[in-house]
Amino acid sequence: MKLWKTILAAAALALAAGASAFAARTDLVIGIPLEPPHLDPTAGAAAAIDEVLYANVFEGLTRIGPNGEVLPDLAESWTISDDGKVYTFKLHSGVKFHDGTDFNADDVKFSLDRARADTSVNAQKGLFAAIDTVEVVDPATVKITLKNPQGSFLYNMGWGDAVIVAPETADTNREKPIGTGPFKFQSWAKGSSITLVKSDTYWGAPVSLDKAEFRIVPDAAAAIPALLSGDVQAIPFLDPDSAAQIKDDPRFKVVIGATEGETILSINNKKPPFDRPQVRQAISYALDRKAIIDGASAGLGVPIGSHMSPASKDYVNLTGRYPHDVAKARELLKEAGFENGIKATLKLPPPSYARLGGEIIASELRDVGIDLEIIPVEWAQWLDQVFTKKDYDLTIVSHTEPNDIDIYSRKDYYFNYDNPAFDKIIADLNLTSDEARRKELLGQAQKILADDAVVGFLYELPKVGVWDAKLQGLWENAPIQANDLTKVKWTD
Amino acid sequence: MQSLLGRRTGQNMTAYLLKRLIIAVLTLVLASMVVFAVLEIIPGDPARLMLGMNASADQVELLRNQMGLNAPLALRYLHWASGLLSLDFGRSYTYSVPVIDLVRERVVVSLPLALIALALSTLIAIPVGLFSAGRHGRAGDTIAMGAAQLGVAVPNFWFALMLIYLFAVWLRLVPAGGFPGWGAGVWPALKSLFLPAIALALPQAAILARVTRSALIEVLNEDYIRTARAKGLPYRTVLWRHALRNAMIPVLTILGLQFAFLLAGTIIIENVFYLPGLGRLVFQAITQRDLIVVESVVMLLVAAVIAVNLLVDLSYAVVDPRLRSRQ
Repeated sequence: MKLWKTILAAAALALAAGASAFAARTDLVIGIPLEPPHLDPTAGAAAAIDEVLYANVFEGLTRIGPNGEVLPDLAESWTISDDGKVYTFKLHSGVKFHDGTDFNADDVKFSLDRARADTSVNAQKGLFAAIDTVEVVDPATVKITLKNPQGSFLYNMGWGDAVIVAPETADTNREKPIGTGPFKFQSWAKGSSITLVKSDTYWGAPVSLDKAEFRIVPDAAAAIPALLSGDVQAIPFLDPDSAAQIKDDPRFKVVIGATEGETILSINNKKPPFDRPQVRQAISYALDRKAIIDGASAGLGVPIGSHMSPASKDYVNLTGRYPHDVAKARELLKEAGFENGIKATLKLPPPSYARLGGEIIASELRDVGIDLEIIPVEWAQWLDQVFTKKDYDLTIVSHTEPNDIDIYSRKDYYFNYDNPAFDKIIADLNLTSDEARRKELLGQAQKILADDAVVGFLYELPKVGVWDAKLQGLWENAPIQANDLTKVKWTD
Repeated sequence: MQSLLGRRTGQNMTAYLLKRLIIAVLTLVLASMVVFAVLEIIPGDPARLMLGMNASADQVELLRNQMGLNAPLALRYLHWASGLLSLDFGRSYTYSVPVIDLVRERVVVSLPLALIALALSTLIAIPVGLFSAGRHGRAGDTIAMGAAQLGVAVPNFWFALMLIYLFAVWLRLVPAGGFPGWGAGVWPALKSLFLPAIALALPQAAILARVTRSALIEVLNEDYIRTARAKGLPYRTVLWRHALRNAMIPVLTILGLQFAFLLAGTIIIENVFYLPGLGRLVFQAITQRDLIVVESVVMLLVAAVIAVNLLVDLSYAVVDPRLRSRQ
């Protein structure tokens, strides 16, 4: 009898243990290459901030979905006035911040007013430039009046820089972020990891993960062993070469998606001889995009012919505008009076697409008589010398901000490009919310940039992610730099 | 007579110490100027770096003001240097917390790591050096020194990766990187320092073994060794008692220098093993142009190296009594 009891107890125990062993995991360790400087998405440009917090801890009126679409978030619905200037947002009710206080329309007004104030250090202050007033109609309704209609307004409100914060915690979010999202911040071991846990008070669909740790793995060479040893189960942003090492391992998935990163050979349009259109066109003819993509990006990446993501609905394929043609390039240079060649510099920031791509481009341009001196620079130097002081001839950089063709119309931007016809199109675009008309204007804008050969358009930067084969729901593409964990779960 | 000699020795010792101390302080002051000047000269604006490419020039200027970057250079140097004197290291630009807090969090990783590595390299190097010197020119010596040559030649980051593949990926004995914190328990924390310490220690051990060996070989050719052997002392005793002690000065010098190399090595090793130590803090701060963090941590490291070299100078006197009484 006693023995019988023991056996039963043992069996029950074994069953229980077996059951728990088969229950899906609810924790996840994600490797990220750079540590965020702080944890406030409304006060810094570092992509690492959004990579941890966007959609997980902080939410906005709208949000950007996995394929770049605008989705409702804290705003349940909205109406737009006929003149396109007044947006009335209906907010979700029963939403709480992680510190227990209620979310309402006052928080929306506070957040947007703070972001566009004179003293604001929001890194994307331009997103809010069209806002004239923000009014609280009632606790669940906000009315935003724009100075002029803005086609991209709902998209803009979905950026990480436009998330809603509470007045009481806005100044301490840098160290201890308090948002309304499905995960709340638990701890930050500086230099090591940031841990989020599931929020019990979340208003929306519950998440599957109980705990998510973002571990900082700075060295690309260390990322693969971290995955192989099981310390880290997902690395959503990995350089293409490292991913190649692991692609045949059935325990992992290598997922190749698209980003919003137009990778370009930027040209200083005011610096002779690059102020001559023939010289810039000669550069475009000299570039062999296929060879550049193979060498700098492990063959991954879609060629572009202007400044627009091939995944965009407004994309026009202009890659045939300047086919790779060395003879044509030499001819153009001769026409411009440079048959004896040109000497110039090429400044390269640290990412591998720039450093590897730079070598290939230098050799391609040497074939047509443009002799480049390669100067490797750090990001801080690049921002200072190239971007701010415009002290450069050529450089390579990926412009990862989504829908950013308007940068070519910005005064004093580092391209030094000035074309009133292009500026006019962008000005019209800002006032247009009709989709068909926008598409037409964006098409014209792309065409002008290609015709002027403002820069050398290379390719759309791929997003290469690697994660455990049993993990589901991580983003394949990167319409914005984020690791949205709301749909992530383990399967068995 | 005896007491007179003792007092003279004491005076010499004090003068020697005082001289060393003055040199140390002067080095610190000079280093602080060089560190500050170099970091101010290198291009890169921390405010622009934080705000990125879409921020306007006005906004960057606003942030520069908030960060106190627009004050004159000399003023900022004096402010920083006087802060250092009162152990106030300033506030990090990027993290906006006191630098001393960052250092405190990181030093509990880097210091144990450096000490374990130093201990390991000494424990490996001295016996190997003794072994080789004892078998000077024979097969054992050739093999040991061949291994040491390899240890000097192999870059430590590559060696670190090999260790990771062997111990973390294949055998799964230790984590591939990261640091759980001392709060997670002494054993898990030590486990994650195990591979980095070996990766740091072995190249150092290789150098130290070679120095120990050559110093010993030189000493073993001295007359007093022959005398000791002639009066019938066993070879082992001669090697340990007489030769090793006399060969210690160059070994100690190298040990002191190695401490500086270890600190520099942690920058690479902490990146490969993503350990949140001082080396990574400096590396990160340089790329983010968190100048105040770089300046303060570099000064701390300079102070540590100077302090260790001071200790080494003192230890000469302990090892070699002649230094204590020399005029």
